[in-house]
Amino acid sequence: MGFKDYCFRKSLWVFHFGGASCNNCDIEILDCLTPRHDLERFGILLVGSIRHADVLLVNGSINRRDRDRLLELYRQAPKPILVVAIGACGCTGGIFAEGNTFAGPVDKIIPVDAYIPGCPPKPEAIIAGIVKLAGKK
Amino acid sequence: MSRKTLIPIGPYHPLQEEPELFKLYCDGEIVRDIKWETGYNHRGIEKLSESKSYDQVFFLVERICGICSTSHPFAFANAVEEIVGVEITDRTKYIRSVIGELERIHSHLLWVGLAGHFLGYNTVFMWAWKYREPILDLFEMITGNRNSYAMFKVGGVRRDIEKSKIPAIRREMGVIRKKLDLLTGAVMDDPVIHARTKGVGILTRQDIIDYAAVGPTARASGVDIDVRRDDPYAAYPLVNWKVITAGAGDVFAKAEVRLLEMYESASIIEQCLDALEKLEEGNIALKINEIPAGIGTGRAEAPRGEVFHFVVSDGSNSPARHKIRAPSYTNIATFKKSCIGQTIADATISLAAVDPCYCCTERMAAAYDSSSGEKILNANELIEISMKRTKELRKSEAGHE
Amino acid sequence: MDTEAAINKLTGKFIDEIAEVTLQKGKRAIVTIRPTALLTLSEYLFKSEGFRFIIASAMHTRRGFEIYYHFSLDADGIILSLHVILDKEKPHIESLSNMFSASNWIEREMHELFGIDFLHHPNQEKLLSEGNWAEGVYPYRKEFK
Repeated sequence: MGFKDYCFRKSLWVFHFGGASCNNCDIEILDCLTPRHDLERFGILLVGSIRHADVLLVNGSINRRDRDRLLELYRQAPKPILVVAIGACGCTGGIFAEGNTFAGPVDKIIPVDAYIPGCPPKPEAIIAGIVKLAGKK
Repeated sequence: MSRKTLIPIGPYHPLQEEPELFKLYCDGEIVRDIKWETGYNHRGIEKLSESKSYDQVFFLVERICGICSTSHPFAFANAVEEIVGVEITDRTKYIRSVIGELERIHSHLLWVGLAGHFLGYNTVFMWAWKYREPILDLFEMITGNRNSYAMFKVGGVRRDIEKSKIPAIRREMGVIRKKLDLLTGAVMDDPVIHARTKGVGILTRQDIIDYAAVGPTARASGVDIDVRRDDPYAAYPLVNWKVITAGAGDVFAKAEVRLLEMYESASIIEQCLDALEKLEEGNIALKINEIPAGIGTGRAEAPRGEVFHFVVSDGSNSPARHKIRAPSYTNIATFKKSCIGQTIADATISLAAVDPCYCCTERMAAAYDSSSGEKILNANELIEISMKRTKELRKSEAGHE
Repeated sequence: MDTEAAINKLTGKFIDEIAEVTLQKGKRAIVTIRPTALLTLSEYLFKSEGFRFIIASAMHTRRGFEIYYHFSLDADGIILSLHVILDKEKPHIESLSNMFSASNWIEREMHELFGIDFLHHPNQEKLLSEGNWAEGVYPYRKEFK
């Protein structure tokens, strides 16, 4: 078992960053935690500080003002960290990619480990994505 | 002590197109001033709209806000139909209203849940969100997606509500009523919730007029405005319902207005379904070939208040100017009135009462440190303060019994 | 009160300030006024007639910078838009924010997007642009050939 495997062996704690999004993805991420989907049964917990997180979820198109904040968050994150781009905007910029303040999809700014497409992705898709990520090691 | 503590709330508020950073300047426990910074979520939608065709703009405005992803297309459709000068068919009107009201129920439930979370009632949060799921299932059944329904187009809707689907919706309305009774009971009868929300974050009638606040925020302060009644559109003039108002203007009144509005929404949906059963299936969209030059203003009552779309057409394929005003744009500014002078614990719920942001809950954490060396509390600490207060109240309440 | 009655009342009172009245279908009307009369007319609508300020929409056209101030009379469902046309080179107009707070944000926004100056605005600070685009750049301005 390598060091990275060791880090992600147990419960994954996630931190959620919503850029310039329409917050459908944000709501669906929160929805994963509520009784129907209940992510916490897998030990996945949404935390309030990036310093406690194993996974960084990023959704929404990133505008220029968000860009610096995202970089700063990534810098503060304990390494190794898994980055997941959620939704069409997180993956490619989606419908906002032509906007005048668009600063590039997430993978142009920080390295991304997994993409969960959809507008918004269903909670099942988000769970499937995270499970795949956890299985990948 | 003159040293003030700065508490940032934000910057990442996902809920509206106006996520901001709120800076609460506190003296001890009391909030003395509040400042806001926006621009974190500026996507240039109004500008983007000028480069898209009218059919594409619907998909764009739907993504202004994920929670009210029907309200914006609703208002935009009203505006464009005003330019074209068409009257949509009755069946379309009923379908539009059903979608609009389903959205109001799911949005208000979402608010109730998050307000519960802010107060430290995580059970309410979990329950409300659990009850919300079947509504999203209905959306999935009718439109094919849980959010962002892509239901509207100029002159009609994209999908019909067939007769075979009506019983399922009707059944769900019966179920949701029972759940609402339970939730309303839990909120209205709980002495601790009364203690936490009554007299907190009061907005007077004058504040509402000054800030031009709309929706439940205004109605909870006794300002009786509702676009559905005042400037009728879709099927709202064809069914019976009433506008819910309250007088106190505090957080409790806002909760009351939202809870009771959900009953009205359920009743509107049922009446629309009655009408849909009588009307023949099909005939859900008019054929519109051309958008002439002109000016159109469209309004729709979103769960949070009036959505306003102003469209200038020059006769070409895309709008020459498209101005959008979402309800939170005016509602959020009222924080200056509702939060100053409150304790920090009450400020959280006062901010939430306007229904501006829920998801910030988990990630209001300050990503950026302020250079002035002012003390910064993060979101969780804030909510903890709020929860602690509820616990204390609970204890003292138990002591009385 | 229907739209025509509201317009007649307004034109009767401020005939010198009004350049043009466009009645639209439904309960909508656009009243083109002289920019200097904006404060007087808004005050009349807001304070005497009980109109609610919805929002202002600015646009850049060949005629210059145009602003529509949308007012709503909720009891009757009327939307009345006061329309002003501003100078091409140095657009400026009196701010409404000292009368009601509702226009505070939108005036700051128009200042950033179009570069329109609002005189006597309580704090014409940045609202959206910080970090998003440079000062002196007005993304919603158009180029006309």
